[in-house]
Amino acid sequence: MPGPGDLREGPIVIVGASLAGLRAAEALRERGFTGSLTVVGDEPHPPYDRPPLSKQVLLGMSPADTTGLPMRRDPDADWRLGVRATGLDPVGRQVLLADGESLPYDRLLIATGTRARPWPQPEQAALDGVFTLRTRDDAGCLAERLTAGPRRVLVIGAGFTGSEIASACRERGIEVTVTERGTAPLVGALGGTLAKLAAGLQRAHGVDLRCGVTVTALCGNAGGRFTGADLSDGSHIDADVCVIAMGAVRNVEWLADSGLAAGPHGVACDAGCRAFDMYGIVTDDVFVAGDVSRFPHPLFDYQMLSLEHWGNAVAQAEVAAHNMISPGPPRRPHLAVPVFWSSQFGVNIKSVGVPTYSDQVVIAQGSLSERRLVAVYGYRGRITAAVTVNMAKWLEYYQGLIEAAAPFPPAPGAADGHPLVTEFALPSDVPDPRGLSHGPTVALTGHLPDRRLTVVRPAG
Amino acid sequence: MAVDTLLERITDYANRPDPYPLYAELREAGVARQTDGSYLVGGYYDIVALFHNPRLSSDRRNRAGTYSGLPADEEEPRPFIRLDDPEHRRLRSLATRPFGPPHSPGRIDAMRDEITRITDELIESLQGRTRVDVVDDFAYPLPVSVICRLLGVPREDEPTFREWSNAIIDSGDIRPGEDLGTSQRAGNQARAQMGRYLVDLAEQRRGHPGDDMLSAFVNDPDPAGGLTREELAATAVLLLVAGHETTVNLITNGVLTLLRHPDQLERLRREPDLLPGAVEELLRYEPPVHLLERIPLTHVDVAGTTIPKGVPVLLVLASGNRDPKRFRDPDRFDPTRRDNQHLGFGSGIHICYGAPLARVEAQIALGALLPHLTTATLVEDPPPYRNSAVLRGPRHLPIELAPSP
Repeated sequence: MPGPGDLREGPIVIVGASLAGLRAAEALRERGFTGSLTVVGDEPHPPYDRPPLSKQVLLGMSPADTTGLPMRRDPDADWRLGVRATGLDPVGRQVLLADGESLPYDRLLIATGTRARPWPQPEQAALDGVFTLRTRDDAGCLAERLTAGPRRVLVIGAGFTGSEIASACRERGIEVTVTERGTAPLVGALGGTLAKLAAGLQRAHGVDLRCGVTVTALCGNAGGRFTGADLSDGSHIDADVCVIAMGAVRNVEWLADSGLAAGPHGVACDAGCRAFDMYGIVTDDVFVAGDVSRFPHPLFDYQMLSLEHWGNAVAQAEVAAHNMISPGPPRRPHLAVPVFWSSQFGVNIKSVGVPTYSDQVVIAQGSLSERRLVAVYGYRGRITAAVTVNMAKWLEYYQGLIEAAAPFPPAPGAADGHPLVTEFALPSDVPDPRGLSHGPTVALTGHLPDRRLTVVRPAG
Repeated sequence: MAVDTLLERITDYANRPDPYPLYAELREAGVARQTDGSYLVGGYYDIVALFHNPRLSSDRRNRAGTYSGLPADEEEPRPFIRLDDPEHRRLRSLATRPFGPPHSPGRIDAMRDEITRITDELIESLQGRTRVDVVDDFAYPLPVSVICRLLGVPREDEPTFREWSNAIIDSGDIRPGEDLGTSQRAGNQARAQMGRYLVDLAEQRRGHPGDDMLSAFVNDPDPAGGLTREELAATAVLLLVAGHETTVNLITNGVLTLLRHPDQLERLRREPDLLPGAVEELLRYEPPVHLLERIPLTHVDVAGTTIPKGVPVLLVLASGNRDPKRFRDPDRFDPTRRDNQHLGFGSGIHICYGAPLARVEAQIALGALLPHLTTATLVEDPPPYRNSAVLRGPRHLPIELAPSP
């Protein structure tokens, strides 16, 4: 264990060369870290931005290789790109790499993020025309296929990524079918009530939306080309491109023998981004940031959250970097309120808080019919989230209410001509994430708040 | 919650040259209730919270009876700056179509050459002079020429609408304890006349459009049905007046501030890349708009004070801009300041529509003036100010220039 004086020196290794990894590297240098810094990434590319991949890139507005992340300062790091970390020796403080090398560290940051959940049948997934969308290369290949003018695209999963892909297809005039195992698009992130709006949007834009069904098989021709898919309702879709948008898998396999609390929900850590070991004991030299982390949040009863949010990766990386080079007391907690956004079908959707942490929802401003609204989510009488559709400028106000645990429903009287109809607070109708074909972008990695109790009634 | 007379002191003309000590008092008080019952809010975070609070209205018709103080013939229809959603959103969106993204993404950028040309002409006219009034000779004519060009208004009509504009600005001023009936009526009359004038201009272009915004308003096909004649009048008046009265103060306050900080002036001259940041800092340090009014639609809590429904709240932007809880060393003018999220353009849904244009104008104007200011001296410091406490800036800014060698 290095003494407090050593924290600005000694080798630091960051595994993961995407947004969180880059921002952490920059923040370490900004805060005066002078030791050697190595960043390991399994993709050959320097860090790039993902939000444009499902929007501008698919629309053909910008090539996939133009989404590189700007470096705010040169982190003066040894970039080990195109090589995968395969293991971690926490006792010997070594990161093992696929090329056989091992990197010694004083402190380690795990920022390995997530990857696209693959189609479960590998031979079907290998058909020409079947894609996932997570990396820059994925986006480049898919954009090329869309430019070639397919007759129909099948999107499996109507989470944010799937919905944005469908939106891009429609904007390019391509016929698209979307299948969703849940009741409506975005249902995992926004709950069933607002998801009805999303379903209406998709249909209004000509999407062939099939909810409550699953794809049972991807079909190909003799040449190995994707030709269509069979659905659980017995129907068949003819299409020549298929995008698997079934959510993400956290990149934790390389930590299997590390003794860390790493599992399908990510690597558990404390509010200071310090990883827990398998016994729940906090480590001093292993930190976690970004999509691969799960951390306790006081606003949501200290439930462990996993967030696949751009803003969370940035904020958590900065806190992790700060804590990596700070002795005990000056360390800071990562308590940022989750925020994410999406643009699809001509609307801008923004969310603050955790909509899945709710039992009720109310339209506080605007209306469903205008496709301009603020939906406020509550759990047991306090505000826990807000989602705006084309009304993002109000979001900051609701963030303040969430942070203050203000009563739900919010006070009536918003200045937009619509009285708040508080008596119509609706169930937010958040589904069990296991029932979705995609994951929600905010995962409560324990349980949904309103399903924590099982009421056992004595018979008779 | 002190009952005091801060507002009277802020609006007292004697304090126009330096209201900042009063703003410090205001921040100390948190929320200050005034003798007329209205409230002043001066803390950065409180102001931002109120800007984003959907329970505050920009529509003066929501004032409680005792505060209305307005003649019954208040302007109709209203410009979007004085409306709430959804009307605000509809009108502002229509006004944005010919002005910015997504429909006119290059509009402001395409004005750069034109703004530079107008600036160069004005600079040219100063050659050989040893005494210049920065307001009359430069900071006033520049934005007027630009907004005229942008809207498609003949530059030679400027003297006419300058009078109207003065009457409109005057009617928007805040002077506690005074009967504003007369200035309100004069303002409304001016607004009506200017509106007719602008609509007539626009109508002449129906069917044969130029590349100006009035042409676009009457010719662009719009799915939402476009502006009615009355809405066009209100919108065009708003754009002409706002495009005309605020940038003047931004440029003039900029020159004054730079002459008071010769070291920063010299630095900017050597490093013109710092200019965009310097303009942001000016918007924080000496913003053109000092006060904005909002009306609570329900009881609203601010910093421990409950402001009742219908009682006007004045957000003192210039005070928030100097709040030490938000800005390090806030009374220091620092063109290299980072994290400068000032309130110079307001915040929330009404955030300044013309901000992109104002930024470009101020950057070009100050950039062109810089070489001439290194030898300049202020004739009067403080200079004589305009009357308005809301739109604060010097009425004149006489400076001496060293004779050309």
